[in-house]
Amino acid sequence: MAEIIRLTDVCKTYSIGGEEVRALDHACLTIRDGEFVGIVGPSGSGKSTLMNIVGCLDVADSGEYLLDGQSIANYSERELARIRNRKIGFVFQSFNLLPKMSAEENVELPLIYQGVRASERRRRVAEALERVELSARAKHKPFELSGGQQQRVAVARALVTRPSLLLADEPTGNLDSKTGMEIMRLFHELHASGNTIVLITHDENVARQASRRVHILDGRVREVEA
Amino acid sequence: MSIWQSVRMALDAILSNKMRSFLTMLGIIIGVVALVVLVSLVTSTSDSVTSQVEALGRNLLNVSVLDDKENPIKLSELRDIADLPEIRAAAPLAQFSATGKNGHTDEDLNVYGTTAAYGEIQGLELEGGRFLKTTDVDNSAYVAVLSHDAADALFGRTDVTGESFSLDGRTFKAVGVLEEDDSAFAMLLGTKNVYIPYTVAERMSPAAAAVSTLYASAEDEDSMDDAEAALDDWLLHRLKLDEDAYMLINQSSIMDAMGTIQQTLAYLLGGIAAISLLVGGIGIMNIMLVSVTERTREIGIRKAIGAGRGSIMLQFLTEALMVSLLGCLIGIALSWVILQIVTFAARSIELTFTMSAGVVALAVGFSVAIGVLFGIYPAHKAAAKHPIEALHYEG
Ligand SMILES: Nc1ncnc2c1ncn2[C@@H]1O[C@H](COP(=O)(O)OP(=O)(O)O)[C@@H](O)[C@H]1O
Ligand SMILES: [Mg+2]
Repeated sequence: MAEIIRLTDVCKTYSIGGEEVRALDHACLTIRDGEFVGIVGPSGSGKSTLMNIVGCLDVADSGEYLLDGQSIANYSERELARIRNRKIGFVFQSFNLLPKMSAEENVELPLIYQGVRASERRRRVAEALERVELSARAKHKPFELSGGQQQRVAVARALVTRPSLLLADEPTGNLDSKTGMEIMRLFHELHASGNTIVLITHDENVARQASRRVHILDGRVREVEA
Repeated sequence: MSIWQSVRMALDAILSNKMRSFLTMLGIIIGVVALVVLVSLVTSTSDSVTSQVEALGRNLLNVSVLDDKENPIKLSELRDIADLPEIRAAAPLAQFSATGKNGHTDEDLNVYGTTAAYGEIQGLELEGGRFLKTTDVDNSAYVAVLSHDAADALFGRTDVTGESFSLDGRTFKAVGVLEEDDSAFAMLLGTKNVYIPYTVAERMSPAAAAVSTLYASAEDEDSMDDAEAALDDWLLHRLKLDEDAYMLINQSSIMDAMGTIQQTLAYLLGGIAAISLLVGGIGIMNIMLVSVTERTREIGIRKAIGAGRGSIMLQFLTEALMVSLLGCLIGIALSWVILQIVTFAARSIELTFTMSAGVVALAVGFSVAIGVLFGIYPAHKAAAKHPIEALHYEG
């Protein structure tokens, strides 16, 4: 299967008050089309930093990152935004929905930035909300929805552009275990229907549900044999 | 992202905080009202005055003799002036007041002693009958031309040609009635006027003993300067080369001066209003900067799901532009209402205050410029935010 992501010797260093923190230390990672990868590690180990780089929200200090076979090193900010828009779907721990917009408007937003026609947008938004079983709540604002429902809206928003890659950073972190399970079941279904998913978590039990596990510790990435 | 989408987003943002948006617009509203109302007041007033002066005749010369060097100008000398090749006609004007009487009706009237040429020089329009004739003047005939209001005051009607009345006890025959003159000038100078032959006026009032006021017309507007020079030359020689002995006023130079005053006033007031618009623009920038900070997280989310710098920039710039344009539209509407009210309040002087398309275009143009000018910095600030830092912003 085709490689979607290949990270080679990626480093990222933050300096806080003169002190250097190696958030990623020569990280290497390969993810193939259709995989469901769990990235697990304790808090502060560099998981979010990894996700930001994979998701093109940030760029590495050194090392190489190939997305769909293309190096993104020399991409302009504008091109990175375009990649985030078309190839990547984010799901965050804190949902990150726009509070003043209804569920369907939130889901529609990435399509607006893509310049998709209104009729096509309507169709695809309905489809994505159907996928996360929230069609009945399309007109609701985030504050009218439960945490689990909000996260499902976020998943629909990530799915609606049909991205190459779904990136979820602690998607169950703000949910109780039962709703967390529901979200995980959703991810399983999405995986089963062919989506490539990278799930980031500090919870070994959550990570175990992925078909492949990767450990990260102090910015170093290590494959876990299943 | 299309312009339409960014307009929709901007409208959503503006409507989601109506009070703040309105307060932000207030600066622009006040600025636009100041600009449109002040400029409209100036231009409407001076347009009206200009058209009335124009009605008095652009080819009119007015002379006041201040010192006749003990050799009063006689009626016969008016012929000499009219014979100057540059001058079409000349007429003296002696004014005094007299009591008009018809039956039991008494009325104070303005009496003008003049000649037949006066009607033509001033372009007086008749409602009935005729104006004074040269034979009336030569024969010192007791005939009179009444203004519309004078006829109305004396007779209670205006079809009075051929009827008699008296002025200070002398009996006159009305030979003509002028059309109604409702210009602001006429209101100012009085509208109950009677025109009688100069030779008759000489017998009735010392005001007509010597010609101290006269009017002359040039062949046309273009030869005004020549006519003025010729008349000036004649007066100078007649009054012993003393240029302080008379005053010669060229009606078209009054027009020019008024035009200049109007323009200066419009620029001045427009400038002051523009400054208040500028202050309104600073208000927009201030609120936009607050809004950009408050919405840092929103910007982060938008960037994460694929909004580029350009889209964010467009969104916030459109918002600033819409605030200033909406303010502008409200301001224009308000100005219209204010001008209607002023027109209503000023209905007695028959002035209509209108908004010219020019000043509306100026207000819109200025508001757009201000929206862009003061929106660009906040929009740039929003667009330049780093997506991750923006996402982690805790407001
Ligand atoms: N913007 C930042 N500035 C400074 N240090 C940071 C920043 N982001 C992350 N770090 C540091 O990098 C390390 C890895 O952080 P992160 O990737 O968020 O870990 P995780 O998501 O696994 O909890 C931590 O030590 C954190 O303090
Ligand atoms: Mg993290």
